[in-house]
Amino acid sequence: MSVGKTVLELEDVNKTFGAVNALSGIRLSVLAGEVVALVGDNGAGKSTLVKIAAGVIPPDGGKIHFDGEVVDFRGPMDATKAGIAVIYQDLALCDNLSVTANLFLGREIQNSAVSPLNEEAMESKVLELLSELNVGQIKEIDIKVGSLSGGQRQTIAIARSLIGQPKVVLLDEPTAALGVAQKVEVLKLIRRLADRGIGVVVISHNISEVLEVSDRVVVLRLGKVVANFETKNITSDDVVAAITGSKSFS
Amino acid sequence: MSNQIQSIKVWFRNQLTADFSVLPVGISLLFLSIIFQSLNNRFLSGENLANLISQNVPLALIATGSVLMLLIGEIDLSVGVVSGLCASIVISLNVTKGWSPLSSIAVGLIVGALIGLSNGFFVTKFGLPSFVVTLAGLLTWQGVQFTVLHSSGTINLPDGFISSLMSTYLSKNMGYLFALIALGIYALSILNNFRKRKNANLKARSVQASILKFTVLAVIILGLVRLLNASRGVSAAMVFLLVVVTIIDYVTRRTKFGRNIFAIGGNLEAASRVGINVKRIKISVFVLGALLASLGGIFASSRLLAVSTQSGGSDLLLNAIAAAVIGGTSLFGGRGSVWAAILGALVVGFISNGMDLMSFDSETKLIVTGLVLLAAVSIDSVLRSKYRKRG
Ligand SMILES: Nc1ncnc2c1ncn2[C@@H]1O[C@H](COP(=O)(O)OP(=O)(O)O)[C@@H](O)[C@H]1O
Ligand SMILES: [Mg+2]
Repeated sequence: MSVGKTVLELEDVNKTFGAVNALSGIRLSVLAGEVVALVGDNGAGKSTLVKIAAGVIPPDGGKIHFDGEVVDFRGPMDATKAGIAVIYQDLALCDNLSVTANLFLGREIQNSAVSPLNEEAMESKVLELLSELNVGQIKEIDIKVGSLSGGQRQTIAIARSLIGQPKVVLLDEPTAALGVAQKVEVLKLIRRLADRGIGVVVISHNISEVLEVSDRVVVLRLGKVVANFETKNITSDDVVAAITGSKSFS
Repeated sequence: MSNQIQSIKVWFRNQLTADFSVLPVGISLLFLSIIFQSLNNRFLSGENLANLISQNVPLALIATGSVLMLLIGEIDLSVGVVSGLCASIVISLNVTKGWSPLSSIAVGLIVGALIGLSNGFFVTKFGLPSFVVTLAGLLTWQGVQFTVLHSSGTINLPDGFISSLMSTYLSKNMGYLFALIALGIYALSILNNFRKRKNANLKARSVQASILKFTVLAVIILGLVRLLNASRGVSAAMVFLLVVVTIIDYVTRRTKFGRNIFAIGGNLEAASRVGINVKRIKISVFVLGALLASLGGIFASSRLLAVSTQSGGSDLLLNAIAAAVIGGTSLFGGRGSVWAAILGALVVGFISNGMDLMSFDSETKLIVTGLVLLAAVSIDSVLRSKYRKRG
């Protein structure tokens, strides 16, 4: 596995909601080509961290470096344009639209601004992308997304994030709602994203899954980073101990 | 054998899960034709069909707007009144004030567009449900319509451009020419699609299915022209309706604007997350819907050769929404086609006209139309839940 330079770095990021310190002094870096698992108890601040990196909410303090530059995202579109893709738990797919239409939603290919949609160009790109990702389960791309299974929908959501050629992909609990076989498929897919040189951040509650898919495990507890493990050096007991705070790792 | 059954099943499933399936409404039309024709053999005569179509062109125009509204997950309850108000403005400017027909029509359409703009503004700016905003509009515009017609109550339309909208018919040859041009354009678009897919190295669509679709359409269109030519011929209003619906259908299926409409109706949250300007699209659709309602009103006044305080009232609103839904447009947003408006309007028209021929009273007609609407809504709901398997 080829891990490259740092693509995303948070430096002393803080966020409070009223009296709650959702995040304080967060330092986190994500390298190109690695999978970082973000774990922690409910309310630890995982989703808040992802939302800040995605430009959905602004941090109260601290800096975000992306691809070597300090960035100040004014909204999610800024982050998307810069090259950060987010896959939320609810996936946000349009069930009434085809696989192709969903993948290109909001950035359809047209020959010019006033031209009709170039369906053929979009379909070709989708076929190419799906075969690159080696996802065999999706055979028809003009089928409506509403008739696909949960795992297939998750795959579509992940594939969609790749249309914009992102450098970082953030996934909030991508396997929470899936069956066993589908989980395996999605984990493989996440691994393949990293193999393409993308920096991947995965939020997950499932520790065995975290150990299986990640290169590093970052543990949040009460809004602070309490551990930053190399996955190959640890066991699930270490992760649990860090999450619950029964043992200190810093 | 079981293989064949399997492929028929798959075909049916694809039909039912498609954006828009003509299957239910097509079967309804066939069924109604058979019943009414067997009860009264004048039903499918050229004269009666010409009558039926001209009765329903205004309804189909208004229903086309209702389809667009339903596609974005909204509803406009003021379309009937808006059609009546705009027609009243147009006729009163033309007849009472002596304005030229075209400038009167232009003013009427501008008023319609402004009403749509105002509806869209209140819905998107304040997040109000569209049924409330347009219900308020229904009362307001009704009041304005009464004011416009105040001095007279009814204005009769003399011979002229506006009255000719509904009374112009193509010559027999022109009727066939129109049919052939329409079929030619359709054939070219199919061929063009095959060529583009081939150039992009994509899997070709089924040739048999394309030929079948084309043949069915050709038989229906040429047969219809032949029937109509046996009487007064193809009406200009019908040609106008078909051209309008073809253009809007193209816009909804082949342009970015149309794709955004379906996305908003399918999943509002997803649409706004990918940066679609939801407010702008919604307001545009409110304007389009109101414009189509205004056009429908103008055609209705042309048919009745008058406007009155009754114009746009009675069951017009419900029939427009019924036509959209019976035609296969989902009440839940994001599923349907503007062709549903025409097919649904035909079902509503078939029921009304067929029962007229059998001299049923209007009470029975209302009940039957209501039941058909209920059936259509139930089918919509069942399809929606049945074909959303998850796992
Ligand atoms: N929009 C918000 N307003 C107020 N408090 C919030 C908001 N979002 C998150 N919080 C609080 O911030 C803390 C971290 O939340 P979150 O990031 O969602 O945790 P996690 O995803 O790790 O479960 C929690 O105490 C939560 O209640
Ligand atoms: Mg969370």
